[in-house]
Amino acid sequence: MSQRTNSLAWLLGGAQYSGVESSVTLFARACAAGGLHIYSQREYYSNIMGEHSYFQVRVDEKPIHSIRSTADLIVSADAETVFIHGRNVNPNGGIIYDSKLVDTPISKVPMMEHQAREEILHYLKSKGLGETVGDMIKDAEKRGVRLYPIPYDELLQKMASGQMIQLAQGRRIANAMAVAASLAVLNYDIKKLEEALTEIFQGKKKIIDLNMKAVEITYDYVRKTFKNDFLVQLVPIATKETRLYVGGNQAVALGKIAAGCTVQTYYPISPATDESTYLEAHGVFPHTREAQDVSGAEKGSILVIQTEDEIAAITMATGATLTGARAATSTSGPGFSLMVEALGWAGINEVPVVVQLYQRGSPSTGLPTRHEQGDLRFVLHAGHGEFPRIVLASGDLEECFYDAMRIFNYAERYQTPAIHLLDKALASSSQTLAPFRSEMVKIDRGALLGEREVMAKSSNGGFKRFEYTDSGVSERTGLGTKGGIFWNTGDEHDEYGHIIEDPTVRVQMMEKRAKKLELAAKEIPLSEKMNIFGDPKAETVILSWGSTKGAILDAMEVLKAEGVNVCFVQVRLIQPLPSEELRQAVINAKRRLCIENNFSGQFAGWVREHTGLTMDHLIVKYNGRPMSMDEIVNAVKQSVKGKAPKRIVLTDGE
Amino acid sequence: MPVKVQDFKTAVHNNWCPGCGDFGILNSVQMALAEMNLEPHQVAVFSGIGCSGKTPHYINAYGVHTLHGRVLPFAIGGKLANPELTVVAVGGDGDGMGIGGGHFVNAGRRNVDMTYILHNNGVYGLTKGQASPTLKLGVQTKSLPMPNINEGINPLFLSLAAGYTFIARGYAYDIKHLVGLIKQAINHRGASFVEVLQPCPTYNDINTKDWYGGEDRKDATGRAAPRVYKVDEKSYNPDIKPGMSAEEVNGKLANFVSKAMEWGDRIPIGIFMKNETTSSYDERILERIPFYMQVPPAKRLIADEANRSSADLTPLFNELKVR
Repeated sequence: MSQRTNSLAWLLGGAQYSGVESSVTLFARACAAGGLHIYSQREYYSNIMGEHSYFQVRVDEKPIHSIRSTADLIVSADAETVFIHGRNVNPNGGIIYDSKLVDTPISKVPMMEHQAREEILHYLKSKGLGETVGDMIKDAEKRGVRLYPIPYDELLQKMASGQMIQLAQGRRIANAMAVAASLAVLNYDIKKLEEALTEIFQGKKKIIDLNMKAVEITYDYVRKTFKNDFLVQLVPIATKETRLYVGGNQAVALGKIAAGCTVQTYYPISPATDESTYLEAHGVFPHTREAQDVSGAEKGSILVIQTEDEIAAITMATGATLTGARAATSTSGPGFSLMVEALGWAGINEVPVVVQLYQRGSPSTGLPTRHEQGDLRFVLHAGHGEFPRIVLASGDLEECFYDAMRIFNYAERYQTPAIHLLDKALASSSQTLAPFRSEMVKIDRGALLGEREVMAKSSNGGFKRFEYTDSGVSERTGLGTKGGIFWNTGDEHDEYGHIIEDPTVRVQMMEKRAKKLELAAKEIPLSEKMNIFGDPKAETVILSWGSTKGAILDAMEVLKAEGVNVCFVQVRLIQPLPSEELRQAVINAKRRLCIENNFSGQFAGWVREHTGLTMDHLIVKYNGRPMSMDEIVNAVKQSVKGKAPKRIVLTDGE
Repeated sequence: MPVKVQDFKTAVHNNWCPGCGDFGILNSVQMALAEMNLEPHQVAVFSGIGCSGKTPHYINAYGVHTLHGRVLPFAIGGKLANPELTVVAVGGDGDGMGIGGGHFVNAGRRNVDMTYILHNNGVYGLTKGQASPTLKLGVQTKSLPMPNINEGINPLFLSLAAGYTFIARGYAYDIKHLVGLIKQAINHRGASFVEVLQPCPTYNDINTKDWYGGEDRKDATGRAAPRVYKVDEKSYNPDIKPGMSAEEVNGKLANFVSKAMEWGDRIPIGIFMKNETTSSYDERILERIPFYMQVPPAKRLIADEANRSSADLTPLFNELKVR
């Protein structure tokens, strides 16, 4: 068996609320402290406590952007993890588990869904095995998987010798022990774990000491008990780069702070809420020296308001936007359904309100904590009647940040509601990244006038908020500005904002609003509309949008190594769609594939509507799980060989 | 130069029915704003949908005619982003007590410093006279094919339960009194609620101007005995002030309930409650953002002269730093 260095897919699972997340953070921080890159993806149930939750964490020397279909090393905090993931360990990989669990039968795993239980039982029976964790492990062993049983209780006792450890404390320490066991198997420097613990428990010496003791005992136990020859070795690498470990909700939240969003409204909903709670916790922050020089204000703030429902969330944000503030709300599909009427109001009143929409498994309540890209068509058409809107879809955490800044620029420049399309896979992934550079996106407030400018405009007659212009964009000002009085109404209106049903005015207003989208299509630079990766002359072109980006990019490297040349066109600006540029980018390819996490290929349809181009293969997935790199490698290879059906449905994921 | 009522009027053609109670409310709002010496640009009038929804178009101030039932969250968003604004929200009984009921309750909970005026005429005028949530059980107004099958909401009770800190009721044909109520409501720091009883001359043929005025029950001399009467300020004190004992406060609430229960032969108007013991939303925000009033969301400079973001993210990055 050949070993490899610094390329790992690690999986840790356990019951929700039992500290799975803190173990993962510890592991990720320990690896990151050694200069390694991390990508992690969380899967969890719509449940507070007890259901199975797991993270896949990938560690590498270079940045990575996706999950794998199988893991090299699985760490189980409970029996369910072994049952659920036991078959998804790579041959020659390993399983770390609590030795006291081996006799636990699957019938004693309380929260497991019955379909999964029956399917696993069937599998074990077909292999002539029994029904316990031990049987699942035996099966893995037969496939060459290394076993690492750890007697956590005994180790804890040994450590406690004399001192009392409370149950809750013990559980937390067990998290650190599981990480220590992993790092011992991976032959990684234990000092990095110490650094991570010190960072996490800043200043709490007693807790750090206690954890370190448990970590050392576990690490020593693993090193003494098992052969040090695991498939993957982790070795710290020297780097001077500063790195953050950021999650998707955080990246968006940081982008909104940078954008100058000063009001955020929300109603709690997975997987959007964490963005708002992060903003609320970080609602006051310093201003840069340059900004202080202009405004005299040392600090800035964002006011976060939890509303009674999503209707209040968007209407409150809209009311705030009317004052000239940058305001936004953040939600998921079910919440956005409720916001649709108000979206139309913002459309007819040309209000630059921003909505961050994190898609999840739908329709209705759907799969509340699972992934899908099923709302593309919905956001494009949401609302009765016709009005322009901007739709921008981010593909990774960096785009989450910069797009969160840009979406406010687009909204204000074109005075139209703007939807920043995100999803569960982005929300629950975390990555090591260089600090974001907000100066990369300049703040553009469009035709927003201050008091002096408004007074100059309105000195003869009132202020025409909806004045006809060649571009369709009229000057606007905030509620309360002297000289700027205007009216808004959900009815069709004249240039001042008063209700009107005159057919000529109606035509002029419809055309005025529609023109703004043409302007946006003309003005927004191509680099913000779409990305082209790989060989533009490749025979195979992949078209996609949103969070599939990471898995496609990682797959392209593997494909290239295997001699399959691919061009990848990632579209970010969904509306207005850069139809002509898109057409040019894909028209000459011999084979066009569209990859998206939904059932019907919504984006492929949108592209067809705008370009007339059809896809040779549709690669879709709708089991509530994001795509893995491996799935894409396989699907692309199949279609290149000419052996694939027109529609390829991916199903990996536990 | 003092502000005149005329300053708050627009040239927009008014298409309410002749004799509509909305006129009285509109005039009262305009008079109250002028008497308070507010300049038109300092005021934003928000409205819901229906006849009363057109109110902002007739007022020369910032006017935001919103969606059915959603006037309060729109108005709250405007007020919180620019707390210097004087915010008045108006809406009908269907708008506020029906589709907007959830927002009405939650606006009380927040106690945002603004005024909500409820046009209460018991019917949905603009859709041709269906029963509104405030129409009493068994009442059959003109366009109802059958008597009302639902009981009517008591908006005063609901506002008390929701936490409004200023609660009053006016009558659309007693403009002088209504102007006084609206001025006090606007001056109150917190969420103030003014229910206005308002005949719908076209569709509510039960609770008419004559009915409120008691024209159906004249005495021997031919003098009408009006149903609407003003609460006596000597016998009914609406103030809840800091330092009052729980007993005193409970007594006030009991008085409120018995006063708000009155209907039929005697219908009280006036201030029902003025509670100065509950913090307003802006005071609560100040505990989180101490400079909220000096630099509210609408006034914050979000970019420097080179259009770079004003926010210095360094401390946030430091929290996330792993190496």
